[in-house]
Amino acid sequence: MSDLTHLTISEARAKLRGKEITAAEITEAYLAAIDRANPVLNAYVAVTADKARDMAKASDVKLAKGEGGALEGIPLGIKDLFATEGVHTQACSHVLDGFKPRYESTVTSNLWADGAVMLGKLNMDEFAMGSSNETSYYGPVINPWRRSRLDTVVMPTTHQGDGGFVSAGGAKTARTLDNAQLVPGGSSGGSASAVAAFLCAGATATDTGGSIRQPAAFTGTVGIKPTYGRCSRWGIVAFASSLDQAGPIARDVHDAAILLKSMASSDQKDTTSVDRPVPDYEAAIGKPIKGMKVGIPKEYRVDGMPEDIEALWQQGIAWLKDAGAEIVDISLPHTKYALPAYYIVAPAEASSNLARYDGVRYGLRVPGKDIVDMYEKTRAAGFGREVKRRIMIGTYVLSAGYYDAYYLQAQKVRTLIKRDFENVFAAGVDVILTPATPSAAFGVADEDMNSDPVKMYLNDIFTVTVNMAGLPGISVPAGLDGKGLPLGLQLIGRPFDEETLFQSAHVIEQAAGKFQPEKWW
Amino acid sequence: MSVDLLTVKRVAHLARIAVSEEDAERMTGELNAILGFVEQLNEVDVSDVEPMTSVTPMEMKKRQDVVTDGTKAADIVANAPATEENFFLVPKVVE
Repeated sequence: MSDLTHLTISEARAKLRGKEITAAEITEAYLAAIDRANPVLNAYVAVTADKARDMAKASDVKLAKGEGGALEGIPLGIKDLFATEGVHTQACSHVLDGFKPRYESTVTSNLWADGAVMLGKLNMDEFAMGSSNETSYYGPVINPWRRSRLDTVVMPTTHQGDGGFVSAGGAKTARTLDNAQLVPGGSSGGSASAVAAFLCAGATATDTGGSIRQPAAFTGTVGIKPTYGRCSRWGIVAFASSLDQAGPIARDVHDAAILLKSMASSDQKDTTSVDRPVPDYEAAIGKPIKGMKVGIPKEYRVDGMPEDIEALWQQGIAWLKDAGAEIVDISLPHTKYALPAYYIVAPAEASSNLARYDGVRYGLRVPGKDIVDMYEKTRAAGFGREVKRRIMIGTYVLSAGYYDAYYLQAQKVRTLIKRDFENVFAAGVDVILTPATPSAAFGVADEDMNSDPVKMYLNDIFTVTVNMAGLPGISVPAGLDGKGLPLGLQLIGRPFDEETLFQSAHVIEQAAGKFQPEKWW
Repeated sequence: MSVDLLTVKRVAHLARIAVSEEDAERMTGELNAILGFVEQLNEVDVSDVEPMTSVTPMEMKKRQDVVTDGTKAADIVANAPATEENFFLVPKVVE
C-alpha cells in the first residue's frame, strides 16, 4: 500500500468515502510518522494519540454508514494557540505551564463537527511572536527542507537484473543535501513543518503579521490568512486582537480551500466575527482567470532582495498573463510604513492582552514577598525574551505622554495603508501579486537575525500590510531558489474575496507544480 | 525618541516584569533599536486622517442582555495555581 500520509486531503476524503481506506488506518500512519520524525523536527509539543484513535473510530462508524462531515476521518495538527478542551494549550509559553482549558475554540469545534481527527498540538513561537519558531519555550522547530548543491557526477555504466534499468554512463547532475538545519519560519512553524514533512494532512495556524504565509513560503506549503472577521477568534490565545486571524496551512490550494470552509463561521461569541455565509471555496478552484485584473505593486521591489525572488515574481506574472489575466502596474505608496506601524500597534495590543498572565488564574506562579512581587517574578520567569521585549514596547508606547506620538500616529498611518488598497481595488484590480517573503528559509540560530530584533522583523515586510488592512492573503509555493529551497508568491484580495485567491493561486500551482522536501529525517 | 536605563526600569515595573540590572541594560539597547526603526512614521503626513478603530467596516454586534452561561465556578478555578472552595488564592493584600 502506498504511504497514506502522502495523500492530500481531497484524495484521502475520496478514499475514505469510497471505503478504500479507514480513518483508523490513516490516523495510525500519521501517528507512526510523528513518532519517527518528531524527535528531529520538534513540530509537535503534544501528541494526543488516544484521542486521535477514539476520534478515528467514531469517524469510521459514520463513514461505514455513508454519513460523515466534510472532513470525516482527516487527521489534522492544531497550533498550540487554539484552546482544545482538556488538552495542552500553552501558546508555547512557560507562563501557561500546565494549562488545559475547559472549553474548545470555535475554529477547532468547527473542525471536529465536520469529522476531523486531532493528532496533537503544534509548536509555535511563544504567543505567536516570532518569524523563525525559535522563541518557543519548547525549542525551535526544524524545517524539513535543507539547502542542497548541484554537483556534476560521472555515472558509471550500470546494468540491473531482469526488467531493471540500464544506465549508459556519462555526466549527470545530482543534488547533495547540506546538513545545516533551517528554520521553518514563524510563528506557525510547527504547523508548516508538520504539513511539509507529512506529519498531518493539514494544520490550523494563525497570522498576525505573516505567521501563516511566511512559514508556508519557507516550507513549500500553501497558507491562507482570510479576511479579518472570517474565522472566529473565540478560544484563540490573543496576541494583537485587531490583527489576529486563523487560517489553514495545507499541501495544496485545494486542501487549503477545504480546510478554510470548515474553519470559517459566524460566531456570536466573537463580536468581530462577520455575519455572512461561508462560500464554497472549492467551487472557485479551476475557474478560468481570463480577464482578471492583477496588480503588481512597485513598492514591493525592495533593496537587497535576492535575484531568485525577483525572477520568481516575474515568472508568476508570466503565468497569470498566460492564463489570460490582465497585468497592471499599481502603487501602494504607504507600504514601507506598514512594518513600523505594526511594531507599535501589535505590541500595544499584546501588552494589554498579556496582562492577564498574573500567576493567579492559570499557569505558572512564582511566590513573592507580596502580590506585586509575585506578579513581577511570575512574569519574569514565565515570558521569554521576545515576549518581554514586545510587552515593554507596548507598555511604553501606551504610557502617559507617549500615546499620541506613537499609538495614535500608527493608527492614522494604518488608515492610510488601508486606503492605498481601497484605491487600487476601486480602480478595478481584482487581486495583487507580490513575493511572500524577502528571502528563503534561513539557518537556526542565525547570528544576524538574533543579534538585531529589527532584522528578524523584516521577514514580514511583504505580509504585514495585509494584516494592517484586514485583507485576505494567500502564500502559494512557486519555485525553488538556487539552493533548492522553496519560495512562495503572495496573492492579496478584496475583503471577503478569498474565492479569487483560491482561483488565482490554483493557476500558479498548476503552472509551478508542487514541491516536497527530500526525506532525510 | 529613545529610552534610558531608568525609563526601562520604570516601564518594566508598569508591565509587572521583574528585571535585573543586566536585563534592563540589554533591553535599553533593544528597545532603542525598535524605537529608532518606528521613528520613520513621523515622515508621514497624517493631517485630516482619522485613526483606524475598526479594520472592517462593521457595526458592533449586539445581543439580548440575558444570561447565557454560568454555574461553572469549578471549571473557572480548575487551572489556577492556588484555590480554596472556588476562590482564587493570592498573597495577603489588605493589612
